[in-house]
Amino acid sequence: MEQLVYKKPDAIRDDFRITFCPGCDHGVAVKLVAEVIDELGVREDTIGIASVGCSVFSYDFFNVDIVEAAHGRSLAVATGVKRTKPDRVVFTYQGDGDLASIGLAETIHAMTRGEKVTAICINNTTYGMTGGQAGPTTLLGQVTTTTTKGRQAELSGYPLKICEILKEVDGTAFVARVTLDSPQAIMNAKKCIKKAFEAQLKGLGTGFVEILSTCPTNWKMTPQESHARVRGEMSEVFKPGIYKDKVSEVV
Amino acid sequence: MKKQKELLKGNYAIAQASIEAGCKSYFGYPITPQSEIGEYLSTKMPELGRAYVAAESEVAAISMVLGAGATGEKVMTSSSSCAVALMQEGLSFIAGDEIPCVLVSVMRAGPGLGYIYPSQGDYYQATKGGGNGDYKLVTYAPASVQECIDLTYKSFYVSQKYRTPVCLLADGMLGQMMEPAVIGEYPYPEVDQSSWAITGAKEREVRHIASIERDQQTLKNRVEKIFEKYNHILENENIFEKYEIEGAKLVITAFGSIARIAKAAVKMARKNGLKVGLFRPILLNPFPEKIVAEIAQKVDGILDVELNCGQMLNDIKASIASAATIPVEFYGRPAGVMMTVEEIYKQIEAAYRKLVEKKYGTACI
Repeated sequence: MEQLVYKKPDAIRDDFRITFCPGCDHGVAVKLVAEVIDELGVREDTIGIASVGCSVFSYDFFNVDIVEAAHGRSLAVATGVKRTKPDRVVFTYQGDGDLASIGLAETIHAMTRGEKVTAICINNTTYGMTGGQAGPTTLLGQVTTTTTKGRQAELSGYPLKICEILKEVDGTAFVARVTLDSPQAIMNAKKCIKKAFEAQLKGLGTGFVEILSTCPTNWKMTPQESHARVRGEMSEVFKPGIYKDKVSEVV
Repeated sequence: MKKQKELLKGNYAIAQASIEAGCKSYFGYPITPQSEIGEYLSTKMPELGRAYVAAESEVAAISMVLGAGATGEKVMTSSSSCAVALMQEGLSFIAGDEIPCVLVSVMRAGPGLGYIYPSQGDYYQATKGGGNGDYKLVTYAPASVQECIDLTYKSFYVSQKYRTPVCLLADGMLGQMMEPAVIGEYPYPEVDQSSWAITGAKEREVRHIASIERDQQTLKNRVEKIFEKYNHILENENIFEKYEIEGAKLVITAFGSIARIAKAAVKMARKNGLKVGLFRPILLNPFPEKIVAEIAQKVDGILDVELNCGQMLNDIKASIASAATIPVEFYGRPAGVMMTVEEIYKQIEAAYRKLVEKKYGTACI
């Protein structure tokens, strides 16, 4: 007797075209978001916001309605969609440059208003799409195309800690930082993404997950070396964990 | 029951008209001289189960408009000058995305903060745009509180019919003044947006709205299609006022509140025997070039009057360039001191003498 053990989520297009580089964690992150949308049974009610950066072609793989935002404006666009169609499920899929640099004001204020939306942020410590420049989360000492001698605090400041800031914002209902460097980590990440959607569905506020993600192309590392970096120096600065969870408080 | 005239302030009139038009969501940030629009809607919209969001900036407000408009509902923001400058990013995206929405721009003096005085210094901002790429904002300029209402209705209709951002270009005088006007019913039919709106893929294929396009030919074709639309708008939705144009030797061109003052000066000139008319474009963009060219062929000169250093002036000159060789005089100044009827009359008289005497000699006057 045949037994189905694995299938593509419905929230991934049949004709999907993944536009990410080989070895990058984006693919896993996208699949987890799609699986959560499937499991919650909300695909037909979901509207996604595509952000400028590696995720701009979200409509090539997500099988949901998508609106593109200008760079950094995803949570403002999400606000516009959600306030006009309050019964829809709205999520953004953004990079750290989008969410925490050019869009930091939109991020903090959407969450301060407690917009009932879900924000997923891929933190790979660099501007991936433009070729690996230093971003808000670039680690001290990290070599990029604009920090060729490694990021120095006296010249370009410190890496910005997103979850530590957003947990203090009153409108957030779920804030977590996860990794995708092992099967256990992936399962944990999916649980957190699901809670970030439940925060919205239960009307508790904004759900947020920061995914420490690899960028083998711009880091100039193999996928294995990249995951070792996530486990090592990235996790030391950006500590994985659940920073806020109002979803579990609600029975 | 026919509605009675009420004494209405321009900003409140626009706000209530947007409600009558069926505006579902409003996003904005305070700036004088248009803050009453947001104040009014902050109370009224929630009472009606519609959305009012105090945006953290105009950069965010226009992106909220983008998201809201993408659902196919009627949506609006309002702002002024230095803050409309912040919206140019979003307006370019909205135009490229073909998302319907209304921007109310109530001009104040610039550059920079300038001050809250009425101005026409943002004609370029509204008609040439500060956003990137090939696009136009469809722009209507009212000259009275009644027109603020009527053109708010028109702006919503045109935005929905052609899937384009529409700018209602008022100024601090219109926003702040009170005069009798009627807020009638929204006179236009509803335009079905269901064929494209982003609403969630329930029992249909998924859709997306994006300005990004990788295919060269598709990108080019898309912008060409948008520009074809502007031709249809000029053809079908053009509004203007012609006053005493027949037999006029000199025609005044002006828009918005200055046109209203200029009209009084034209009346004064006619009373004094000067053959002067007024042309007031109400649709400023796309600009009604043909009509200006036709007028230019029948008159000896044009006097363009604006409360700026000469912005619409260049559209007037471009319009008549291939049609006539008449002189185009300009009277204007940067915002700060409002123009009076007498002041414009003096300019009309001087221009009239200069133009007409030059052509016919003094005996003709």
